[in-house]
Amino acid sequence: MPDTQALVNDFLNKLKKRKIEGSQATAKQTAELLRSVISQTRMPYTNQAAALIHSVKAVGERLIAANPVELAVGNVVRRVLHIVREEDLSLTTAAMAGLNLSAESDDEDDTDRDNHPALSAAAIAAASRSTLRPPSLQTLLEDVPDSAAVPHTSSSGGDSEGKSKSADKSSRSRKLKHDVIEAVNELIQDISTCHELIAEQAVEHIHQNEVILTLGSSRTVLEFLCAAKEKKRSFRVFVAEGAPRYQGHLLAKELVTRGLQTTLITDSAVFAMISRVNMVIVGAHAVMANGGVIAPVGLNMVALAAQKHAVPFVVLAGSHKLCPLYPHHPEVLLNELRSPSELLDFGEFSDCLDFGSGIGAPLLHVVNPTFDYVPPKLVSLFITDTGGHNPSYMYRLIADYYSADDLVLERRTTSGN
Amino acid sequence: MGAQKKGATARVSEDPEELARHPLQAILLADSFTTKFRPITLERPKVLLPLVNIPMINYTLAWLESAGVEEVFVFCCAHSKQVIGYLESSEWSSQPNFSVTTIESHNSISAGDALRLIYERNVIHGDFVLISGDTVSNMSLTQALQEHKDRRKKDANAIMTMVVKQSKPSPITQQSRLGTDELFMAINPVTKQLLYYEDKAEYSKGFISLDKTLIADNPSVILHNDKQDCYIDICSQEVLSLFTDNFDYQHLRRHFVKGLLVDDIMGYKIFTHEIHSSYAARIDNFRSYDTISKDIIQRWTYPFVPDVLCGSSAIKVERQGTYRASDVTLSRSAQLGSFIFIGQGTKIGNDTKISHSVIGERCTIGSNVTIEGSYIWNNVTIEDGCQLRNAIVCDGVILKSGAVLQPGVILSFKVVVGQQFVVPAYSKVSLLQQPTQQDSDEELEYADSTSGTGELRSDKLNGDIAPDLSETASELGTGGVGYIWKVFEGAYDEEWRHSVAPIPTDKLVKLMLDRDEDEELLTQDGNVISASGELKTVSDGNGSEDDDNEDSRDDYVSFEKEVEATFLRAVHENVKVDLAVLEVNALRLSYNMASVDCGGAIFYSMMKLAVESPHNSASELHRNAADIVTTWQKLLKSFLHDIDEEIEVILKFEEMCLESAKEFAALFPQILHLLYDKEILHEDAILRWADEKEGADESDKVFLKRSEKFIQWLREAEEEEEEEDE
Repeated sequence: MPDTQALVNDFLNKLKKRKIEGSQATAKQTAELLRSVISQTRMPYTNQAAALIHSVKAVGERLIAANPVELAVGNVVRRVLHIVREEDLSLTTAAMAGLNLSAESDDEDDTDRDNHPALSAAAIAAASRSTLRPPSLQTLLEDVPDSAAVPHTSSSGGDSEGKSKSADKSSRSRKLKHDVIEAVNELIQDISTCHELIAEQAVEHIHQNEVILTLGSSRTVLEFLCAAKEKKRSFRVFVAEGAPRYQGHLLAKELVTRGLQTTLITDSAVFAMISRVNMVIVGAHAVMANGGVIAPVGLNMVALAAQKHAVPFVVLAGSHKLCPLYPHHPEVLLNELRSPSELLDFGEFSDCLDFGSGIGAPLLHVVNPTFDYVPPKLVSLFITDTGGHNPSYMYRLIADYYSADDLVLERRTTSGN
Repeated sequence: MGAQKKGATARVSEDPEELARHPLQAILLADSFTTKFRPITLERPKVLLPLVNIPMINYTLAWLESAGVEEVFVFCCAHSKQVIGYLESSEWSSQPNFSVTTIESHNSISAGDALRLIYERNVIHGDFVLISGDTVSNMSLTQALQEHKDRRKKDANAIMTMVVKQSKPSPITQQSRLGTDELFMAINPVTKQLLYYEDKAEYSKGFISLDKTLIADNPSVILHNDKQDCYIDICSQEVLSLFTDNFDYQHLRRHFVKGLLVDDIMGYKIFTHEIHSSYAARIDNFRSYDTISKDIIQRWTYPFVPDVLCGSSAIKVERQGTYRASDVTLSRSAQLGSFIFIGQGTKIGNDTKISHSVIGERCTIGSNVTIEGSYIWNNVTIEDGCQLRNAIVCDGVILKSGAVLQPGVILSFKVVVGQQFVVPAYSKVSLLQQPTQQDSDEELEYADSTSGTGELRSDKLNGDIAPDLSETASELGTGGVGYIWKVFEGAYDEEWRHSVAPIPTDKLVKLMLDRDEDEELLTQDGNVISASGELKTVSDGNGSEDDDNEDSRDDYVSFEKEVEATFLRAVHENVKVDLAVLEVNALRLSYNMASVDCGGAIFYSMMKLAVESPHNSASELHRNAADIVTTWQKLLKSFLHDIDEEIEVILKFEEMCLESAKEFAALFPQILHLLYDKEILHEDAILRWADEKEGADESDKVFLKRSEKFIQWLREAEEEEEEEDE
């Protein structure tokens, strides 16, 4: 599959050079790339699901490593893996009738490190259960961060099926791939329409004559506000400019062209203005499993101000922004430090960066972080494409989208290397 | 080849539209053609030296790739095998939309040769980016390219766009940041055309001279000394053919740019593009290596920073600008300061202090080591108790316990420093012996660094070099291996300029003082010169006039000789005074001199004749002089019309007494009196001369004092006259 390889490399490059901005675009492109990876994967006679998972993982690991700050990449990779598992499972359950428990355990003994009775039991249990179940406490506890667990679980299914129904194989393999691609298409569809789904809920949240505050620019927020406007709500928007990139300026401009009453303020004026605000609505870079938010820099300050004045702090996030990791995970790079040139002019400050004179050490250190972490207790409500949720509910939502086996995707990578 | 070339140029001129569709190309010179990084570059090419743990060329290539360049020709010369080997094994050889082609040469000794060779290869088909492999940038080329193309459409002679960057609020920043000389550029603020380029302003002592036509031809000119040349050029194809046409062009700036600027026959123009928020700088010497490393650590070059370039899983940025690889073994008591980089697999011992330094991969650093502002490359072993300040330590070096590196030390590959040995400041240590013949001529200097010899030596190095080093072991203490390179006479003073160490305070003060004097001039230079402005752009006009004076002095000397010859002939052949006057006048016109000069010259000839004619005593000399003056007073008088000219004669006489005819020194007042008596000099002139001299230095007043009596007498006479008038 030379052609996928080129695509992957191209995308990797873009990620590395930080040429793709915004988690929606990244998520969509990742999903599309993975779709073509899946469609190009040669299906073996046995272990089809394992083969798919393997190739998706191989690409996914590289994508995540290329830009670990962009959590949407990892999210989509995990979503796709979850889809593969689900589709496999639903096919397996259909063929589960003639399953023999003893044959299963023989299989288990052949493997070198994975003769884990609890796991095999879990695999069978999982297989026999319905496909779209939320993970129970039992499965979460049983989850062992071992890569072999994943392919093997499905391989046992494949093998057992191979023994029982070999004639059915080719049609099934085509079916698996087809189903997976269908599901990934749905995912892509979801990602591109999440704005609309979120925006549909706008009227329920924005009321007449309210004052809404936002910071920086987010397409989701823009659509959300405009949707409320279209429903004949009349309200005012305060836009904090979002230094140092000043994307708030763009948002303000856009809002004005759509006919919304807009006030542009500096970030530092947020606290002064917050008492007049009825609701803060912001976008997010990623939502962590604990309900914490990784958001554009400055939002933590806004959230604190909102809390002080008991103003609801609402975060809009498409489901691709839901990250199954916790912020304390070592893989999670919470921040990206950008160039100081966004803050100050190099020419004017070049004497401060003059290492030839003086002690030879830089006395001026410019820190330009991209993101803030807003802890869950400061967030009043998440609005996702499936509706509004409490921060404490996020882990349940995440369990719907991701299978627990994939959470440790990256740890395997680092320990493996 | 010749036919091919013609074909290429013909096609270009016929079909400019086709050019637009060519992929953007770049020429990357993987050789700096200098020796500033010696001794390191004897063993490894400069572009492969690690800059914050990543070979320099990676920064350049990554930038070119992200700026939309699709085809890069890497020109390698010195250590070309190493460069080619590196590129082949690196990720660059397998990029989908970015091809890297190497061009190898063994006999190019300058950028000019390189470009001539590339022209012969006929691989460049349109506009290209010219850059050297030691440039770090994150600028976007789109705008600069567009500007270049638009200009080209309007004016086919606009063949090059140079990227410049504002940098310099303080007068010495250029020197102290990048270690480069002060750069003067004259730019037309409207068209951005570059009109003047001078990077050796240092040697003109704060003065530069501009061509008159520059100001006459341009409605406005801004003279900048606060711009930094980024050494990123967008060139049209003609640049290559120009290098081929002018086989003496070697250096890109010194020859090519300056050559184009002074050449008004072809009318080629160079323009500038200024970048503001993005970063661009070139590593020219050890000081800029230090500065740019620190800029990278401070993330000015984002996204070309180590954690992004390496793939972030390997290296993470922590607080205070600390970059740390994932598997560093760090003692709990080690103190890591701000702005440091620690590469993979490095071990750091107890109580070791590290601040603003870069430490490469797989290094072993013992306990109680102090590292400040140093660059330690890969596989270096530093034993307990060593101290390093502002040093560069190359791969495989071993510092035995207690060794001390003073500021500015460079340790090349695999050097071993003995126990407790103190390596003196600014020394360069290498396993290779210093090339014996070091040509002071800079043009020739890079010849042998680029020839294949460097490679041969490094091959030998891999074998056993130890035996013949044992004799020199003492040079670096017990157990030390390596040669300390000698610093040449006079060069020692200059070492600090390009070293990694900060400039010593005394030098800094001196530098500041030097510049302060120029400061006023510089600020004036910065002003816009109006279209009608006089030539005196440099305050007091010293700069431009000095040059004029140089020329006129030469003229004057030959004029003086002619006048003397004429006078002597007149004396010997008894030419009539009138005729002599005519002849001198003719000379005056042909040399374009003022009558002041004639008076001086004639008087000089007369006195010289008096000295040269035989005499035994001062009184005889006086008589000689008196005779001559009496005979030829008419000649002299005919050139002394006003008081200034008479003063000139006195000054001339003074000069003679000091230099050529010291015998007259004693007779000064007498001769002065004689001239007064003969009414050649008037009392006004003498008194004015006396007044002018009053304020002069003591040494200048020697003759004034001698003739004090005479002047006193003159003054009294004058007063009497005045009294009588009343």
